[in-house]
Amino acid sequence: MSAPVTTTGISDEVRDLANQEYRYGFVTDLDTDVAPKGLNEDIIALISAKKNEPDWLLESRLRAYRHWITLAEPTWQHVAYAPIDYQDIIYYAAPKPKKQVASMDEVDPELREMFDKLGISLGEQERLSGVAVDAIVDSVSVATTFKKKLADVGVIFCSFSEAVQNHPDLVRRYLGSVVPYKDNFFACLNAAVFTDGSFCYIPKGVHCPMELSTYFRINAADTGQFERTLIIAEEGAYVSYLEGCTAPVRDKNQLHAAVVELVALQDAQIKYSTVQNWYPGDADGNGGVYNFVTKRGMAAGRNSKISWTQVETGSAITWKYPGVILKGDNSVGEFYSVALTSRHQQADTGSKMVHLGKNTRSTIISKAISAGHGQNTYRGLVGIRHSATGARNFTQCDSLLIGKDCGAHTFPYVEVKNPTGQVEHEASTSKIGEEQLLYCRQRGIPEEEAVSMIVNGFCREVFKKLPMEFAVEAQKLLTVSLEGAVG
Amino acid sequence: MMLKIENLHASIEDNEILRGLNLELNAGEVHAIMGPNGSGKSTLANVLIGREGYDVSGSVRFQGQDLLALSPEDRAAAGVFLAFQHPVEIPGVGNLYFMRTALNSLRRQRGQDELDPVDFLALAQERMELVEMDQSFMSRSVNEGFSGGEKKRNEILQMAILEPKLAILDETDSGLDIDALRVVANGVNALRSEGRGMLVITHHQRLLDYIVPDRVHVMAAGQIVRSGDKDLALELEKHGYAGMTQQHSQASRVPVGATL
Repeated sequence: MSAPVTTTGISDEVRDLANQEYRYGFVTDLDTDVAPKGLNEDIIALISAKKNEPDWLLESRLRAYRHWITLAEPTWQHVAYAPIDYQDIIYYAAPKPKKQVASMDEVDPELREMFDKLGISLGEQERLSGVAVDAIVDSVSVATTFKKKLADVGVIFCSFSEAVQNHPDLVRRYLGSVVPYKDNFFACLNAAVFTDGSFCYIPKGVHCPMELSTYFRINAADTGQFERTLIIAEEGAYVSYLEGCTAPVRDKNQLHAAVVELVALQDAQIKYSTVQNWYPGDADGNGGVYNFVTKRGMAAGRNSKISWTQVETGSAITWKYPGVILKGDNSVGEFYSVALTSRHQQADTGSKMVHLGKNTRSTIISKAISAGHGQNTYRGLVGIRHSATGARNFTQCDSLLIGKDCGAHTFPYVEVKNPTGQVEHEASTSKIGEEQLLYCRQRGIPEEEAVSMIVNGFCREVFKKLPMEFAVEAQKLLTVSLEGAVG
Repeated sequence: MMLKIENLHASIEDNEILRGLNLELNAGEVHAIMGPNGSGKSTLANVLIGREGYDVSGSVRFQGQDLLALSPEDRAAAGVFLAFQHPVEIPGVGNLYFMRTALNSLRRQRGQDELDPVDFLALAQERMELVEMDQSFMSRSVNEGFSGGEKKRNEILQMAILEPKLAILDETDSGLDIDALRVVANGVNALRSEGRGMLVITHHQRLLDYIVPDRVHVMAAGQIVRSGDKDLALELEKHGYAGMTQQHSQASRVPVGATL
């Protein structure tokens, strides 16, 4: 006789997520230089002046702002939240440096301590892992490690503000070239008010000798964070870039509207990995970060390749669609994603692959996990334009549900204008198996560990794409985020 | 007495499947449980490992402990193992990793040191020979894409690695060809030991040609209706379950809980 199917079991067993403490929820007492709340042309001029920006950049900000005030916030995404009061946000906050720092050892000890607590060491000599870090607190880059070593091979890795001062031609040429200010509401807002971010330039033929990494931290209260990241890989260059994010526990929602632009020229390769762990809000859904982000790469040259890998476990709401414009012939775009929503988190995320060049190829692998009251939506667009002869896409969306109060949704859009295009879409939704759990437990593996093991197995395809160090972190993060999801 | 089951009842949504089952098993013994479809054999296995969804009453003492009071993982730690009839696939979880995690969970719960990956690999390799499995199985995901026979061998391998005190084999012979059956049975026989009891649930007498039991019990309608030595299985093959069920209808006049 076969095993009986029960309707009780796990759904009874799995309760809402316990109020698992968010480990990065502390606030550091930093002396902060803060602009008044609200947004207008004066505030933008203030940001620009604080950063000592050239006129063209101020003009570009104002142009974006004037367009932005004509726009309405998008409503098509499958998420729900109270209207955002854009006049109730601080658009510029910067930790005040105690003095000008000449080396990493002189960074404000409180800042160093904050990053130590986050497990990020800003001391170059202590880092054995060979990762260069740009640390960004609130709106300002506070430290960039390994600058000199990178400069020796011609790699520029610095804060965006610094790039504006020291490499204005590169910034002017590429800023907004992949995500124009008219692209969408949040990208437009970012173009008006962005404060800092990372800038990275890999010259022709250079294989970047270490992983580059940006660590974002929101610290100040009521502050929006609007970073701008720009990565340019010249002909034949290679870079692997990592991004990590955390924020303190706040009972009010915080807005994070970043823009990331990647440009890969002929034969160049950019690998961009994100582990996003912004504060997700408490067990009742209060507070948490609104993560409304535009990320796009331009595979501009022949045989260029851009890969996005993301592990999204934080934020109250995630709204992001990292994409690739496949312009160069034979160029490749990839998107590997794990998105976990628990508590009352909502995610509407996926990818956008636009094929312009011949024989371009794209792959989308999306793994969505919903627990508690989490709502997880995959939204993707695959566009194959007239010019894209022989283009191919493969999309796979898998959803895993834990418990009975969560949801998974899929909205794939496909537009094929060239008859030679090939598009494949596979989707699956499964409940975390009662059978799988029982099997693990029968072997002696406690229930929580079993859930974590099954979920990590479900995500393995994506984790394999992460750099080693991040893969370990991502697994731990997933385990922590699932704690209390059962039992 | 390793296992003592008294007056065990189990029902699922008002449908009573086990109706006052009694069974005793000593360490070192292999008992076969036979019976027609729907007689409650797999339910017995499920209730013993603590699958949810049943209303259970009665008593199950395992080495003096109240087994029914324990969670599935605690039962495993106490030494209860089930070779599943339909082993489930766990995509993305490596077989070797799974087994190491299981063994170390058991060791942890028993206050023993965990095995590191190197020591575990050595152990696994040694035990794999018992069921003639090669290393390629270990790097694959748990049961994923395994044939029926491979899944069953994988169950016996886990039994060999976890070294339970009580092993329950739920229709381990189903779906196996004769060669696979021999491999599985050899593995099981190699694991027979003085300190270990086994409950071999099967539909067919065939398996008992390879795994010779100390006792044979026949189940019908949620009870054990006859018990005997290995010859009972042969008798059963000759007369079929119908004959037994007839005797059961007489037996059911005996007060519930009486030993037959």
